[in-house]
Amino acid sequence: MAGKVTFQRDRCKGCELCAMVCPKKIIVMDDTSNRKGYHPATVRPEDMEKCIGCASCAKMCPDSIITVERD
Amino acid sequence: MAKELWKGNEAIAEAAIRAGCKYFFGYPITPQNEIPEYLSLHLPKIGGCFIQAESEVAAINMVYGAAGCGVRVMTSSSSPGISLKQEGITYMCGAELPAVIVNMMRGGPGLGTIQPAQGDYFQATRGGGNGDYRHLVLAPATIQEAADFVQLAFDLAEQYRNPVMVVADGMIGQMMEAIEWRTPEKRELPEKTWATTGTKGERKPNVINSLYIDPNLCAVHNDRLAAKYQAMEDAETRWEEVDTENCDVLFVSYGTPSRICRAAIRQLEKEGIKAGLFRPITLWPFPGKALKKAASQESVKAVVDVELSMGQMIDDVKIALEGCRPVSFIGKAGGVVPTPAEVAAAAKAAIGR
Amino acid sequence: MAIVYQKSKGLTDAELHYCPGCTHGIVHKLVAETLEEMGVLGNTIGVAPVGCSVFAYNYFNCDMHEAAHGRAPAVATGIKRVSAPGTIVFTYQGDGDLAAIGTAEVIHAAMRGEKITTIFINNAIYGMTGGQMAPTTLVGQKATTAPMGRQKDHYGSPIRMAEIISTLEGCAFAQRVCVADMANLNKAKKAIQKAFKLQQEGAGFTFVEVLACCPTNWGKTPAASVEWLKENMIPYFPLGVYKDITTQEG
Repeated sequence: MAGKVTFQRDRCKGCELCAMVCPKKIIVMDDTSNRKGYHPATVRPEDMEKCIGCASCAKMCPDSIITVERD
Repeated sequence: MAKELWKGNEAIAEAAIRAGCKYFFGYPITPQNEIPEYLSLHLPKIGGCFIQAESEVAAINMVYGAAGCGVRVMTSSSSPGISLKQEGITYMCGAELPAVIVNMMRGGPGLGTIQPAQGDYFQATRGGGNGDYRHLVLAPATIQEAADFVQLAFDLAEQYRNPVMVVADGMIGQMMEAIEWRTPEKRELPEKTWATTGTKGERKPNVINSLYIDPNLCAVHNDRLAAKYQAMEDAETRWEEVDTENCDVLFVSYGTPSRICRAAIRQLEKEGIKAGLFRPITLWPFPGKALKKAASQESVKAVVDVELSMGQMIDDVKIALEGCRPVSFIGKAGGVVPTPAEVAAAAKAAIGR
Repeated sequence: MAIVYQKSKGLTDAELHYCPGCTHGIVHKLVAETLEEMGVLGNTIGVAPVGCSVFAYNYFNCDMHEAAHGRAPAVATGIKRVSAPGTIVFTYQGDGDLAAIGTAEVIHAAMRGEKITTIFINNAIYGMTGGQMAPTTLVGQKATTAPMGRQKDHYGSPIRMAEIISTLEGCAFAQRVCVADMANLNKAKKAIQKAFKLQQEGAGFTFVEVLACCPTNWGKTPAASVEWLKENMIPYFPLGVYKDITTQEG
C-alpha cells in the first residue's frame, strides 16, 4: 500500500468531487448517511491498497476533510 | 497660549492632527474642501496617509478598514456626501469602530445649495443608515469649539468604541475666528485588543464584523449596543445656557443660528424683554432634561426654536418639554440665514408683544 | 507513513457552510495554503464580502474584516494604508459583490495600485440570495430574475473583470483560472501564490479571477456543474494571464 486516505466522515457533503479526480477511481459514496445526512465519501478497505497517495482527492475536497498519507 | 486666526475647516483639520489622527479618507464637496486640502498637505509630513477616494461610499469604507486596525482616522463631507456615507456609518456602529466624521452641512434636499444649513439634524440624530444605532453628535458654534470638539471626538470615539459625528453648518467651516489650541481633558481610554493588527501567531484572529446571523445573538448584540448608548446619554450630554435665568422667552438653537440668537437677545434686552438661549452642544444625546428644567421656570412664557432648517430639532424640543410651554419656530432652509431682527420679532410674537 | 496532505493551518476548524460541490471551499484552501506556505498568516488581514462567502471571516485563520456589499477593496485600502509594513491584505469577493455593486471600488483600488490581492469568485450567479442574475451570468443562462435566460438586448453581455482590471496601470497581475480539474487547480494555486508574492514585493494590485461552480443555483450535480463550467463559461471567460509585470518588457 503506497498511500492511505482518511475521511472525516461526518464533515463530508457527498459532492463526489474527490471521486471525480481520483486517478484510481477507488473513492465511492457510502450507502449509509452521515450526521449531516449525506452519503459520505469513502474507500472500501479492499481498494485502499490501490491508493497511490497522490492527494488529488484531498486537494479538490471543498471541505478539507481528507488527510492523505504515503509510504 | 496666544490666540491664532483660523478658518473653521482648516482648524478642524489641524485639530485632527493634534488629536493624533494620521489618516484621512474623503471626497471633495463644498463647503468642506479645506479639510481634505489641508490634510493632503500635512498628513504625509507626519508619516500619515491621505487618500482622495473615488466616492464618499468608498471613503467611509476606507475609514472602516483603517478604524478596524485601531488607528485614529477621520473623514469629512457635506450633506449629500454624508448621505452616501450612511452605509459605512451604520456598519461602523454595528462593528463598534471608533472614528470621527465631520459634516459641514449645506442646503438640501438633493443637491440643494452650497450655503450653510442644518437640514441634516434628523439624519445625524436618528441615524441615516439602517438599524438601531446611535452615535454622539457634537455641534460647535464657534471655530474654538470646532477645534476643541474634533479633539474631544477622537477620545469619545475610542472610549465608547463608536463613531462620533461633528456637525456644523457651512458658516462655521468658511469663516475665520481667533482661537487658542487646547488639549482635551485626559481620559482613560480602553486598550484596543479588538484591532486587526495581525495575530503574529500569538492570539486568535480578531474579526471586525456587524453580521450576527443568529437572531438571538443579533438581539443580544442590540441589547448590548443599547446599554452603551444609554451610558453615552448618561455621561456625555452637553449644552450651554446663556441668560436663561428668569428669562421671559427661551430660544433653543445650535450652531450658527445660536449666534444670531445671542444678537437677538441683546436687541430684545433694549426693548425690556429678557430672552435666554438654550444651546444643545450634543444633538444626540439631546439635552432634553436640562431644556425642560430651563423652560419650566415660572418666568418663561414661550420657547422659540431657531434652526437653519424647516424645523427638525423642534421635534426633540417638543418631546423634551412634554407640552409644558408653547413652542414656536423660526427657521430658514436652503442656505439663507435669518437676521437678529427676524429672530427677535419671532420671540416677541411668541410672547404676544 | 508520512502525511502528504492535510487541512491547511490557514483555515480554522469551523465547518464550511457552503453547499455540496461549491467551489468556495476549494479556493478558500488555496488561499489558506498559500498564506501558510509564505509564513504570513500572523500578519495577514483579510476582507470578506457580502454574498455566499460572507462568513469567510469564520474560516480564514487570520485577522479579518467583514465589509459592506462591494466595499471590500475600499476596506482593504484603509487596512493596507494604515498597517505595519509587510502586512498582507486580501479581499475575497463574488461576482455580485465585485462586478456589480462594488465595481467602482475594485476598479479604483486597481487604479491606485493598492498593494492588495483580490480573489474574485465568478460563478455567473447570485448564490446567497437564491440564484438571481449576476453581471457575469451568460447570455441565455437562466436565473431567478431572468427566468427565460439572460437576454442580450435587455441586459447586454457578461462583464469580463480580469480583462478590465488588466488594462489599469496599477494592476501588477491579473489571471483567470478555474479549479475544474487537477491541472487547473494546480494552475490556480500558482496564480494565487504569484498574486500574494507580488503583493509582498509591493508590485501593485494583484487579481485572480476563479471561474466557479454553483451546483445548487445552476440546478446541476457537482460533477455536471464542472462540465457545464468547462463547456459554457470558459469559452466566454477565457482562462489565462491578462497582466503580469514580471514578464512584461519595460
